Amino acid sequence: METVKASAGKPRFRNTAAAIALIPATVTVLVVYVGCMIWTIRLSFSSSKLLPVLDWIGVSQYTRLFLNERFLIATENILIFGVLFIAGCLLMGFLLAVFIDQQVRGEAVFRTIFLYPFSMSFIVTGLAWQWFLNPALGLQKLGRDLGFATFTFDWITNQEFVIYTIVIAAIWHGSGLVMCILLAGLRGVDESLWKAARVDGIPPWRYYLSIVLPLLGPMIITAVVLLAISVVRLYDLVVAMTHGGPGIASDVPAKFVMDHLFERNNVGLATAGATMMLISVAAVLAPWLYKTYIKPTRRAA
Amino acid sequence: MKRISRIVCIATFATVLPAMAQAQEMKAEVLHWWTSGGEAAAVAEFAKAFNGAGGEWVDTAIAGGEQARAAGINRIVGGNPPTAMQFNTGAQFSEIVANGFLNPLEDIAEADHWRDVLPKALVDATTRDGKFYAVPVNIHGQNWLWYNIEALKKAGVEPPKSFDDILAAAPKLKEAGIIPLAHGGQNWQTQILFDAIVIAKAGQDIFNKVYGDVDTETLKTPEFRSAVETFAAMRELTDEGSPGRDWSQTTSLVITGKAAMQIMGDWAKGDFIAANLTIGKDYGCNVMPGGYVMGGDVFVFPKVEDAEQKAAQTKLAELMMSPDVQLAFNKKKGSVPSRIDLDVSSMDQCAQKGMKALNDPEQQVASISYIASPDLVGATRDVIGQFWSTPSMTTDEFIEKFASAMKSAT
Repeated sequence: METVKASAGKPRFRNTAAAIALIPATVTVLVVYVGCMIWTIRLSFSSSKLLPVLDWIGVSQYTRLFLNERFLIATENILIFGVLFIAGCLLMGFLLAVFIDQQVRGEAVFRTIFLYPFSMSFIVTGLAWQWFLNPALGLQKLGRDLGFATFTFDWITNQEFVIYTIVIAAIWHGSGLVMCILLAGLRGVDESLWKAARVDGIPPWRYYLSIVLPLLGPMIITAVVLLAISVVRLYDLVVAMTHGGPGIASDVPAKFVMDHLFERNNVGLATAGATMMLISVAAVLAPWLYKTYIKPTRRAA
Repeated sequence: MKRISRIVCIATFATVLPAMAQAQEMKAEVLHWWTSGGEAAAVAEFAKAFNGAGGEWVDTAIAGGEQARAAGINRIVGGNPPTAMQFNTGAQFSEIVANGFLNPLEDIAEADHWRDVLPKALVDATTRDGKFYAVPVNIHGQNWLWYNIEALKKAGVEPPKSFDDILAAAPKLKEAGIIPLAHGGQNWQTQILFDAIVIAKAGQDIFNKVYGDVDTETLKTPEFRSAVETFAAMRELTDEGSPGRDWSQTTSLVITGKAAMQIMGDWAKGDFIAANLTIGKDYGCNVMPGGYVMGGDVFVFPKVEDAEQKAAQTKLAELMMSPDVQLAFNKKKGSVPSRIDLDVSSMDQCAQKGMKALNDPEQQVASISYIASPDLVGATRDVIGQFWSTPSMTTDEFIEKFASAMKSAT
């Protein structure tokens, strides 16, 4: 408020009005987001079980967390999932967008079909893929019924491969969104670039890779941010598809936190897990935030 | 004329209003998670009894036990508690009692002699420091064997009475093209199977020491080892669609005769009945050896200031423990009454078998949820589920992991 008072003339009034208008949003952000974050971090140093207790037991929840095989498996899974899911969605989405950009007949139909999975909730996606991949009901049974007696596709019941089935289902779900974002970008690319490239005899793949792709930079960043958010909150897809199983093989951090928060009455351990999730998100975001917001201002100053 | 009618109107209100207030004072908001068909019908029996006694039942059903408990606990801590709230019998509500959020029910329990009619383990699970804090409304048996009579006949096998019988029957069933044991590979179902085997092969004492006393030394006994080995051998008896499958989908394999048997709680009975199968002719049920593993549900009564709310709580507690209401409720719920002094001859064969077992104190076994904290239940569940789906894991490795899970959760 001091700075607002200090500034003079008409802008002061405008700034004050803006500041007043922003108060509800600021309070919400501070109380709900920052407040809950601090509260969560505080509880992760307590012995809270069912109800929050404000005692201090040091880092023993974190010790338990890092000795917990399930949490380690969950962490490994989210890394595998994150890399493959984002890469897979970008690749599929880009290919689909390029395909639709070829002025195919019935573009609207294809666009709808490709975007359709995204309109489904993760729960529905998970259930459908669970049935489809179940060796006794779905793809494997179909293959065998068609006469391929040795056809085997049991990834979803296999501890080592189960996480990849979740990646496949998630890519199926998310590619359409990436397609839409990139298609919007493609439509913004100047037609004359294409003509110039043709005149110069540049092959189409080279045109897309070296000319269009760099122009799509901001679109790709938008897509990556949206996809990264669904990586961190990956929970319902796993619950619907595998319940974190077989055993604990397809567990993810969010499921670990939810299970301990509710079913297992262990708020202390759950908040420790949640804090670790927050730290890893911050670690990934920090370089990007630094590059976009902090570095430019310095250069400007 | 108008004035007269107005006077009449006011007079009517004056006489009716106090009567309406009278009716409102026994309003009870009950929070529970019984939303599926049979469950909702069962809880409607409570509502009927309470409304019949002059109260007004306000039903707050929230689907899913975890969600319902989270909502209820938040309301209790936040100072706006429901009149009554459901929990699973056992350690789930210990911390709420310890923090003084619940009304003790000792007076009603004394007057109605609850201690004389409930199994001892159930008294232990619903009392804290010698006072009742919860009304046990039912007992769910967790170690039932459900079998398809036709499927067993086809393979020429007698209905198994022990886990060794099940293992012995497996080759014949496989030869006949039938899945010997239908199992839904979700970790809680695997834990039900594991616990049933430990109680059958290693006995109640070892089971109680492991989960109740959290004694890791017990894991090294040969009896516990042999139970683990029997459990591991059961993997071969299931089908490849087992991992992650829901219990009801698994039960439907037994109903259709694709599989011969399933170890599951008595809530599976409802699915057999819904499929129009006849007990004794189409399907059968056996309690596995070692005792009757008791789970179940309770209602707790949060502290309230309002005297009328307190009256409603007392009335509800009395009704929920009354013989007629317990019978009516449990017939629909599929469980057996928590009062083991009741005559259950009007219930189905499985319930009668269960009640017979419960009337022998030797057969009353507290399930993990009675004796272990939710934290311990969950930590051991992870290890059991991991072992089940990792055939390459040795018994020693399992025991080591189980011991460290026990230590971490205390």
